[in-house]
Amino acid sequence: MDKYKNIKESFLNNFKDFENSLNGESKSDFHKIRKQAFNNFYELDFPDRKNEEWRYTNISPLLQQSFSIPNNNIKLDATDLPNHILKGIDAYVMIFVNGKFSAEHSHLENIQKGIKIRCLADCIKNNDKDLLQHFGKYADCKNNIFTSLSTAFTTDGAFITVDDNCVIEKPIYLLFLTKAGNVNIQTQPRNLIVAGKNSQLKVIEHFSSTDNSTYFTNTITEIVAQENAVIDHVKLQEESINAFHIARMEVDQERSSNFTSHLISTGGKLSRNDLTSKFNGEGGEAMLNGLFLIEKDQLFDVHSFIDHAKPNCNSHEHYKGILDDDSHGVFNGKIMVRKDAQKTNAFQENNNILLSTNSLINTKPQLEIFADDVKCSHGATIGQLDNDAKFYLKSRGIGEEASKEILLHAFASDVVNHIKIDAVKNYAEEIITERINERKKES
Amino acid sequence: MSITEQKKIEEIANADYKYGFVTDIDAITLPKGLSEDIIIKISEIKNEPKFLLEWRLKAFRHWQTMVEPDWANIHYQKIDYQDISYYSAPKEKPKLNSLDEVDPKLRETFEKLGISIDEQKRLSNVAVDAVFDSVSVATSFKETLSDLGIIFCSFSDAVKNHPDLIKKYLGTVVPYTDNFFATLNSAVFSDGSFVYIPKGVRCPMELSTYFRINAANTGQFERTLIIADEGAYVSYLEGCTAPRRDENQLHAAVVELITLDNAEIKYSTVQNWYPGDKDGKGGIFNFVTKRGVARGINSKISWTQVETGSAITWKYPSCILQGDNSVGEFHSVALTNNYQQADTGTKMIHLGKNTSSTIISKGISAGKSNNSYRGLVKVTKKADNARNFSQCDSLLIGDKCGAHTFPYLDINNSSAQVEHEATTSKIGEDQIFYLNQRGISTDDAIGLIVNGYCKEVFKKLPMEFAVEAQKLLGISLEGSVG
Repeated sequence: MDKYKNIKESFLNNFKDFENSLNGESKSDFHKIRKQAFNNFYELDFPDRKNEEWRYTNISPLLQQSFSIPNNNIKLDATDLPNHILKGIDAYVMIFVNGKFSAEHSHLENIQKGIKIRCLADCIKNNDKDLLQHFGKYADCKNNIFTSLSTAFTTDGAFITVDDNCVIEKPIYLLFLTKAGNVNIQTQPRNLIVAGKNSQLKVIEHFSSTDNSTYFTNTITEIVAQENAVIDHVKLQEESINAFHIARMEVDQERSSNFTSHLISTGGKLSRNDLTSKFNGEGGEAMLNGLFLIEKDQLFDVHSFIDHAKPNCNSHEHYKGILDDDSHGVFNGKIMVRKDAQKTNAFQENNNILLSTNSLINTKPQLEIFADDVKCSHGATIGQLDNDAKFYLKSRGIGEEASKEILLHAFASDVVNHIKIDAVKNYAEEIITERINERKKES
Repeated sequence: MSITEQKKIEEIANADYKYGFVTDIDAITLPKGLSEDIIIKISEIKNEPKFLLEWRLKAFRHWQTMVEPDWANIHYQKIDYQDISYYSAPKEKPKLNSLDEVDPKLRETFEKLGISIDEQKRLSNVAVDAVFDSVSVATSFKETLSDLGIIFCSFSDAVKNHPDLIKKYLGTVVPYTDNFFATLNSAVFSDGSFVYIPKGVRCPMELSTYFRINAANTGQFERTLIIADEGAYVSYLEGCTAPRRDENQLHAAVVELITLDNAEIKYSTVQNWYPGDKDGKGGIFNFVTKRGVARGINSKISWTQVETGSAITWKYPSCILQGDNSVGEFHSVALTNNYQQADTGTKMIHLGKNTSSTIISKGISAGKSNNSYRGLVKVTKKADNARNFSQCDSLLIGDKCGAHTFPYLDINNSSAQVEHEATTSKIGEDQIFYLNQRGISTDDAIGLIVNGYCKEVFKKLPMEFAVEAQKLLGISLEGSVG
């Protein structure tokens, strides 16, 4: 692939610089994983639209750019954090600036017994055994060029482990703030969450940027839910309007575990989310919800894959999209029910509202079923705001814009109302209001 | 190839020169393989005009640059395209004297389908007595049709008698560059049906290949072209519920439908070709390209299909809704048993304003079979107020089969309303128990439940077809449980 030689070379140079910056660490076990991943990256081709998984998402705008490794000396302004941090949340806070953990801004005091919240960089330095046991075991590098790239450049992120039988009261809040300045930078945050048996945990990932610069975030989160574990995960994606955001989340669900995920996405020029939840034991429950609000020339792509490998598991998936201007949304939801996964219940729904004539949605709900005693369904709808409902509101003296706002909030509420952490829920509502107001101003 | 066969071919080749082009078509079998010479030969035998030969050659040249598609959810041994004879005379089956000589298994099936004795004879190649003369029946039909100005004939006849119509419409819906199998068909198609309904005519009867003399043997590479001129209506039936023992393994047919302003075409198919034996050996590979274009305003195209046969079914009857207010419909029942594989569905492409489409697809998988629905609903930027409703349900019988759905929705217009829903379920043990309790055997119970499940589609079929199709499902499912 000569076409992409330039970007590959630029990553190769970055990798060399990166290796040089590691000093002694370049001989560690962990670095072997990185090297192998980089070789893998170099061998693979970037997916084009002939690849079924990338059929609707053209990544060539990303590949035309080149990105450099972020400079360590970026300092946040006094207003940067207060402007972007989630308000009113009582949580253990980890702040990452340009992909690097910033201890001075984080709050990890008085941590409850039974949970370890560490930054990945320290664990890599110490050759942590737990880390090596789990790292990269769920998000496989093979045949995935972006995962290979992420693994090759892994420097920092959150590593959270919860002991068996521990219920963690406070959520863990991870803020990934990018302050790129005038340089196109790449960050590759990498998170690993391991919840022990019968434990409970809430995690919030928040991606944000201080300005409208162009940068590339390639992030992976691996999650392990041991027997009976309950994990609640929220991701808020508010990258800059010119950013590229490629994300992957791999969830390994053991017997009777419960995993809930919410994705609220408004940012990024091009964003792609791969979510995979695999049931490795019976009795598992998974709920994957999402809401995306996109406008201008934004492209949002979510590919989810729920793998019912074991019997008696339930999954619910509900994604909603609101598309404006020339935006382009892609939803691909795949549910696989494997041969012996009897008594599976799998439900999936995708609803979209197109607010403008130039917006485009591609949705592909996909069921693959190899067991007979199952209940599976999927639904997809695409439409606009209901004229009857609008008329009803107008007839009660509510203006055109106000009634639109009410209806959009109502549309989003199916997803937003399931969020259990109040601060996050309120924030999600705020994002929607903000978007609607922006629209009002423009028109 | 045995020596006698080889001799026969040589003889035929010689005969060709002896008698010029006015040879009896039915006596010719071309050697295996595909090349430009073979195509020229086919065209020569059929005495085709130059434009058609050129079209065939263009298709062939394009075909050589193409690769066989592998995206479908089906698995089969690669086909050797040079190991097929692309033009063969219909096989002369031995004439039987009475129904007693017919394979008892085949008769049993006829009985269950409720086919009349006379028809049974016709289908199993028993000499037909004077009472039931299908030829005369067909002739009287032909008269009625020609009085109305309807053209209904074989494709070759149409090429001879109506070359202007062929030239105008052939390949306008499925161009010769369309896909691997359609291109192959364009290069080598043997025969098929041609229908033209003139302006404002409502065809008084259901047209069926059954009544077309000269078409008792369906070719391997069929090509059908149906045109409904302004305000015309036609209902066309393809296939037959009776089991068909066919020697050709590969079938690659092309069907093109065109409706002009206010016209309507209803196309129904029942396909029950040999599905292979219980271990998945043999069976027909059916790779079909069917597409209709609703070119005029207020026009309508409706596909109804019942697919129970073939080892492999690969077909996506589609509608291009070009005219404003045009309507597309797709109703399908696809049943797979044993080792059968079906990858079928539809494409609804909305181009005109106020267009609407409906998709109802019912998949039934039993045994070790795999059944996939693959569909596309595309609303383009200019297709204001497009409306689509899709429903694809799958029913699984047994735990060794698979059901898959691959719906694609590409929507580029904010006034579109698109709904898609799909469910998968199985026949409940309690349902079967309930029917058993009332003295209905398990096989019949399954038949009942499955028929109830498919009712929505069956009621779209013409009456006689619907009755037979119901029985057919029962037979195809026999012994699939317990």
